Amino acid sequence: MRRTRENPEVHAGSMADIAFLLLIFFLVTTTIQTDVGLDRKLPPDVEDHINIHERNILRISLNRNDELMVENEVLTIGQLKLVAMKFLDNGGESVNERYCDYCQGNRNPTSSDNPQEAIISFSSDRSASYGMYVRVQDELAKSYHELRNREAQRLFGQDYVDMEKRYYAPETSDEVKRELKSRIESVREMFPMNISEAELNVSSKNQTP
Amino acid sequence: MAKFTKKKDGDLPAVSTASLPDIVFMLLFFFMTVTTMKDSSLMVENTLPNASEVKKLEKKDRVIYIYVGVPTQEYQKVFGSEPKIQLNDKFANVDEVGTFILAERAKKPQELQNVLTTALKVDKNANMGLITDIKQELRKVNALKVNYTTYEGDAFNNLQ
Repeated sequence: MRRTRENPEVHAGSMADIAFLLLIFFLVTTTIQTDVGLDRKLPPDVEDHINIHERNILRISLNRNDELMVENEVLTIGQLKLVAMKFLDNGGESVNERYCDYCQGNRNPTSSDNPQEAIISFSSDRSASYGMYVRVQDELAKSYHELRNREAQRLFGQDYVDMEKRYYAPETSDEVKRELKSRIESVREMFPMNISEAELNVSSKNQTP
Repeated sequence: MAKFTKKKDGDLPAVSTASLPDIVFMLLFFFMTVTTMKDSSLMVENTLPNASEVKKLEKKDRVIYIYVGVPTQEYQKVFGSEPKIQLNDKFANVDEVGTFILAERAKKPQELQNVLTTALKVDKNANMGLITDIKQELRKVNALKVNYTTYEGDAFNNLQ
């Protein structure tokens, strides 16, 4: 009896069906990730008393009707960015080592001393909407980014936002990352993001006896 | 006897489907790499606000999600139409947030426990009171890194 030397062929016709089945399963159970957002750091839960000059605080409050008040003046959301930038970039300190040599503000002695000490205090009413809250946060982030971009352009010839984007990109090599990190940190130090949102009772030096 | 039989007219050669599995597998691998598993089904309305100065939320394994919003139609009869918190697959009160965070943190590997981010996926029409309470709870359990998850876009659209 003659035996065929050929191996019997595996029937691959249903392979496509199996693959389709898997494909459809993954299409149904997964989503393309699109999560973006605003990163913030909450203050630690400790009661500490800080003494800050009132001039170093920019008070922003949001009422129940989503209206904005900045330093006892009603503002529209569109104006907020410029007001915040003016406050941060003021550089009112005149002499000594805390003088801000890169600030381009109008050196108003009744506004913030230097960007390191400037604090934006943002309080919102319990009935204010979250959408408005995020908008205010976004506007504040814009003013910080604009100032940081300006300094990064001056020092390193590129935008701060671009540096950050490249730092977080997975394809950037470690060497480049290390350099970017030090640059990003130095720019951050020039304009640190001090947004306080707690219902903090910042007791100002002017009021305490 | 004719040696060469003429082919019948109109007899098209069959299209070879041998490479079809390869094509489909390619698609399959594409989808497997660019997508992620749905973790929980939403029980609240979740129209996120827009923001433009956003950062990507990388590394999904380091993120804990908290959803806030008005319960969807089918749950409104039971849970009312006030904004509620959803943790995993159930509604929760504000005071349960802390224990939830601790439980989720304990589930993660040791080396990630200090670098976790809490993503707040909050409906844009929710009120700030609830968010403030959640943030207070997060501070109590020392989960200080938060991410206000948004859509990328112009923040002008938030007030409609």
